[in-house]
Amino acid sequence: MSKLGNLGARLHRGEISYDFVGKRKIWYGVSILITITAILGLAVRGLNMGIEFKGGAVFTTPTHMSASVTQAETYAKDASGHEAIVQKLGNGSLRIQIAGIDTGQSDKIKQELAKDLNLNPEKLAADLVGPSWGQQIANKAWEGLGIFMVLVVIYLAIAFEWRMAVAALVALIHDITITTGIYALVGFEVTPGTVIGLLTILGYSLYDTVVVFDSLKEQTKDITKQTRFTYSDIANMSINGTLVRSINTTVVALLPVAGLLFIGGGFLGAGTLNDISLSLFVGLAAGAYSSIFIATPLVADLKEREPAMKALTKRVLAKRAQASAEEDLAAERAVADDSADAAPAVVGPRNQPASRSRGRGRPSGKRR
Amino acid sequence: MADRADRAGRPEREYEKVAAPKRGRSASAQSKPGRSLALILIAIVALTGGMFLSGNTTPRLGIDLAGGTSITLKAKADQGSAINKANMDTAVDIMNRRVNGLGVSEAEVQTQGTDNIIVNIPRGTNSKEAQQQVGTTAKLYFRPVLASEPSGGSTQSPSPSASPSGSSSPNPSTSPSSSASSKQKASSSSTASPTASATSQGRAVTDALKAGSTPSPSTSASGSSKPSATPSASSSAATTAAKLQAQYAALDCSKPAERAKVGGAAKPGEPTIACGQIRKVWYKYVLGPAAVDGTEVKKAQAVFDTQGASGWQVQMTFSNSGAKKFADITGQLAKNQSPQNEFGIVLDGEVVSSPFVQQAITGGQAEISGSFTQQDAQSLANMLSYGALPLSFQEQSVTTVTAALGGEQLHAGLLAGAIGLALVVLYLVVYYRGLSLVAMASLLVSAILTYVIMSLLGPAIGFALNLPAVCGAIVAIGITADSFIVYFERIRDEIREGRSLRPAVERAWPRARRTILVSDFVSFLAAAVLFIVTVGKVQGFAFTLGLTTVLDVVVVFLFTKPLMTLLARRKFFASGHKWSGLDPKSLGAKPPLRRTRRPAGPAAGSVDPKEA
Repeated sequence: MSKLGNLGARLHRGEISYDFVGKRKIWYGVSILITITAILGLAVRGLNMGIEFKGGAVFTTPTHMSASVTQAETYAKDASGHEAIVQKLGNGSLRIQIAGIDTGQSDKIKQELAKDLNLNPEKLAADLVGPSWGQQIANKAWEGLGIFMVLVVIYLAIAFEWRMAVAALVALIHDITITTGIYALVGFEVTPGTVIGLLTILGYSLYDTVVVFDSLKEQTKDITKQTRFTYSDIANMSINGTLVRSINTTVVALLPVAGLLFIGGGFLGAGTLNDISLSLFVGLAAGAYSSIFIATPLVADLKEREPAMKALTKRVLAKRAQASAEEDLAAERAVADDSADAAPAVVGPRNQPASRSRGRGRPSGKRR
Repeated sequence: MADRADRAGRPEREYEKVAAPKRGRSASAQSKPGRSLALILIAIVALTGGMFLSGNTTPRLGIDLAGGTSITLKAKADQGSAINKANMDTAVDIMNRRVNGLGVSEAEVQTQGTDNIIVNIPRGTNSKEAQQQVGTTAKLYFRPVLASEPSGGSTQSPSPSASPSGSSSPNPSTSPSSSASSKQKASSSSTASPTASATSQGRAVTDALKAGSTPSPSTSASGSSKPSATPSASSSAATTAAKLQAQYAALDCSKPAERAKVGGAAKPGEPTIACGQIRKVWYKYVLGPAAVDGTEVKKAQAVFDTQGASGWQVQMTFSNSGAKKFADITGQLAKNQSPQNEFGIVLDGEVVSSPFVQQAITGGQAEISGSFTQQDAQSLANMLSYGALPLSFQEQSVTTVTAALGGEQLHAGLLAGAIGLALVVLYLVVYYRGLSLVAMASLLVSAILTYVIMSLLGPAIGFALNLPAVCGAIVAIGITADSFIVYFERIRDEIREGRSLRPAVERAWPRARRTILVSDFVSFLAAAVLFIVTVGKVQGFAFTLGLTTVLDVVVVFLFTKPLMTLLARRKFFASGHKWSGLDPKSLGAKPPLRRTRRPAGPAAGSVDPKEA
């Protein structure tokens, strides 16, 4: 079986684990750093809004054009009186962008451009956008985002608890900030396609988080009836237990998106496919990161503030101190016994009866 | 130390919790895996059969994949409360008439959100013309009627009366019932009497020729020519007239296809033929050049006439130049006999009303009365005052996609999907070995269902597959595959706990089921919110995502789980063959551990085999 399978088994048994919760401060720090960078990038560089948001026209010529990029640029500039951006796409067609013209004008420009390029105007694909259309799409998207966040917080608060809802929300905002920040820093063009991708991240980022929370909820159901683990311990186990699944999910989600990105970027050069898949790719990666490193540790943090959990932590720590003292004692005794096979024999029983006696000792534990 | 102890503690908790609710539910679900499989198989066969029966074997493609023009219009914001559903629907109606008047019947016009209208025109149409057609507000003309008769059905008599030789039928009762009567405030010359006389003639029938009672009346008096009476006579050359004549004779307005051909392309300055539906009967008309433009109507409103007996009527006020033109034309028309004393109110090439005139109406105010219902009067007033559209619109975006580009995008989308799917399948095979067969079969079922439902939704709700929707479907591969991963990982966990496959499959299900439901719900919630709130491309994407999420749940419940149950009985999987993906050894199962640790072990042993 594959190595990952073994890894899964060992993670499941807790033979190996990474202390996500214990080292959360580091990851919080990393995230805060990235977020600050993202916000700075947004503030300083701003987003490179596409034609759809500024108003203007995008013309796409058929493949195999004889005209060169610079030629097309001149034509477009002459026809429109505005600066034009011309790209050569992967399939040999030209993409001509002219900003700042309204839809009335652009029709005339299209005719003229087609004449210059020696084309039938009907062969020239055109995307003419009024300046408020992109704004409208974006506004609606924000509106949708807001409504979704409220609904999902309510849902998570009911299905799980409010702390998890808060943590999921923080993780979500974290993902979106990072994604937009990367867009600002790298200077990718923002189009309605990007917005679509960004909105999909919502679902996906939460999807991942919810799976971890689900396992966490299950495992912490009777947490107060034992004194072995603090909430943070169990949270950590949940993350580790679902880690293989998280990795698999992320890989499986990223593979089709990678396919889209490859085709969208390589084959078509630009356009909706590329825009959607790019923001998805960035967002999915951020989402996988945040659900493991941010959301769950945050829940643990919030949960540990509860009085009941504080008490539990105290008890657990006390037990551990006692156990380690016992262990030292036992170790000394084992050494004293000087018996080769006595040590393992001691390790097993010593743990097991200890747990039972603990259960017996606590009245609440007796119920089950 | 703590970790090992954890293993001791955790399984106990899990076991007791899961076992309690599980017995009733999964025992029944699991005992009849064949039933679920049969159910989904029947569903697939039924849906596929439906698809072939309805003849829609491919999903309808959106403009960006099939080529064509898509125009987005937004109602201008300054119209306040006028932006409501009724007005939007009227606008959609009118635009639909316009674009389909171009001869393309597949054009579709739909509202989106509260104040947007999307017009999709498939390729093969002159996009520029279409754009102009949709964008303009006023396409309303007042044209003098040169001839008219009910069209289609029994009235076959060809009308020899062409525009130059305007024939007149002397029978006044055949005139359109709605009458224009003057009611001038400025000039004292006009009195209320025309109103009275108008109503006496036209009250019984609304804006309709009494088709049933007088069969083909207007055609009877053929040949009696009075060229001077018709304003168009001088302008129209003999050849045009003859052509028009022939067209008029051949025209059958009861056929939508023929209606689509007439009127739309008529130039205001030339005579034309047109159709009009009045009281559910189609009439055809020969109309003179436009005498007054719709834009010259300053205001029109529906009012209820409390003094006269004319009931609901439409009052209109013309602009200065319009008033003069209207006075001229009504002066001329009043001299003529029916139907040449009528003028047609032509909206987008279609006659919406043809009131007759009794005297010149000067002063710029007129009213049209007949026995209108309130609704009729209001809609006519709407048409008159807004030209055509009850709202004025602004072009938001115009996207023209050539057929070549559309095909290329479709190709690229499909290719991306194929690559994505291949990568996912490859990963699943490498990681899950034999189990990936289950995943692949489930993905296949999911794909078939998605395809068939998309094909069926095309005609059913006008769903069109566009590029973002393709993207949504590709992204959904991940979501669907994830459900399998959740389930498989749970099964593997159970095997690691030391169970044999059959109980593991059953035991893993309730927990995987909950996780799948919860996470799919979140995904569906996102899709639903996006679908309701957003516009344009985002909506198409959200729809596909939502659809595939729902299908994912259906497939996992009705296909993957039952299939897993069945396969668990096969030796290949049950024995944990090396290639089955369920080899306990390579999964690192440690069965002996639990015997000693768990007192409940024997109890579990007795339950599991029975269930499996």
